[in-house]
Amino acid sequence: MAPRAETVVAVAVTRTIPGWLTGAALLCCSLALQAGVLPDDRADALYHSYDGGGVEITGPSLMVLKKFGQNVAVNGNYYVDSISSASIDVVTISGASSYSEDRTELSGGMDYMHGNSIMSLSYTNSSEDDYDANTAAFGISMDMFGNMTTVSMGYSYGWDTVKNNADSSFSEDIDRQNYKLGLAQVITKDMLLELNYEGITDEGYLNNPYRSVRYLDEPGGDTYSFQPEIYPNTRTSNAFAVRSLYYLPYRAAISGEYRFFTDTWDIDAHNVKFGYTHPLQGGWILEGNYRYYTQTAADFYSDLFPYRDAQNFMARDKELSSFSSHTVGLKLSYDFIENGWRSLDKGTVNLAWDHIMFDYDNFRDLRVTTVPAGDEPLYDFEADVVQLFVSIWF
Amino acid sequence: MYLRACCLLLTALSLTGCSSVDPWVKPYERAHLADPIMSFDRDPVSGAYMTHVYQAREAARGAEGGNGGGCGCN
Repeated sequence: MAPRAETVVAVAVTRTIPGWLTGAALLCCSLALQAGVLPDDRADALYHSYDGGGVEITGPSLMVLKKFGQNVAVNGNYYVDSISSASIDVVTISGASSYSEDRTELSGGMDYMHGNSIMSLSYTNSSEDDYDANTAAFGISMDMFGNMTTVSMGYSYGWDTVKNNADSSFSEDIDRQNYKLGLAQVITKDMLLELNYEGITDEGYLNNPYRSVRYLDEPGGDTYSFQPEIYPNTRTSNAFAVRSLYYLPYRAAISGEYRFFTDTWDIDAHNVKFGYTHPLQGGWILEGNYRYYTQTAADFYSDLFPYRDAQNFMARDKELSSFSSHTVGLKLSYDFIENGWRSLDKGTVNLAWDHIMFDYDNFRDLRVTTVPAGDEPLYDFEADVVQLFVSIWF
Repeated sequence: MYLRACCLLLTALSLTGCSSVDPWVKPYERAHLADPIMSFDRDPVSGAYMTHVYQAREAARGAEGGNGGGCGCN
């Protein structure tokens, strides 16, 4: 049955806890942490598109990396998400038809190489109407054992401000710390192995000011209402990953990846990924990959609580529910400057498409209002992710 | 505490003269490893974007990689 009208719910923005900043930090670190040699000068211009579950997100990502001398390199990245959302949260909780907003992210970093070591510093800022996030990161990596092993570590500190478009006086903070350890190892002349660990601690206002949980109006009843969600103020997570690349007897490579994740909200997650890269004639490279992801629910998650204020912590965020997803991806690259042209060393144009299928185990589709509360069908959706980008090495 | 332990580990490794260990894959045997298709993150802008796509829709986070190196090909 439909929710009672007495509940007031603000716009339910499908916002994630700002782990998205890790993407920018990862970009800076991945540029920086090739110990013993600084990455080549390059520029990338990418257009991205996400379309799934009533959400459309598009925008550019521009990145430039430039060396100064033999020991210093700087990089910068400009990234935009233009969001148009009519997600299930928006249409079932707020009653709104859709909303739109932009998120702009700027990051800059510097790498300094000394002998077999590279030190990196980076800073990232992300801003939107109701969220401001900052991250400062430091990393160091070192080549050893005859350049067969790269050991790296990193630390980053983030400070965010959470706001609410429906309440101009609302302002809350989040502090975040990331600790990273990595090991990249040459196993044989055809095989590479990479091990990674990352611990993350969050402290502050971790829930979404717009999101609500639902509860039964009466025990055993058919109707429900909403109340604001309440998350714990702290979260600590640990993730461990192993990745490998293998060069086949002909010019092609296969890759494999496994990651285990666990946190203090009782969420455990696993994902595996397999890939195949096959160069073709004339500068073309074709890639295919498959990824499977599964997670358990947070211990304070429920699709339908038995009554109002049923627990001290409550969530009905589908990202904290139990679910799994499958991703199938294809990527085609064309090297249009193979042997250099004027001041350009190399240039590629790339098109990538990933299709993701999400299946939720305990998050129900509230758009179905003809059945008693708790009997709605489980939610699922599919998304297409497209990237078109040009890369230039100079 | 994590940071201190990592510093000690890196310092200890550097002081043990580990760079003198004889590599079992010689530099002249690393042609395959130097091939661009043998990179964990060949396109970092694209890799960072896909990490963002997944992090926005999954509870899991961290250890997405990006160590690079290890090949000693350059």
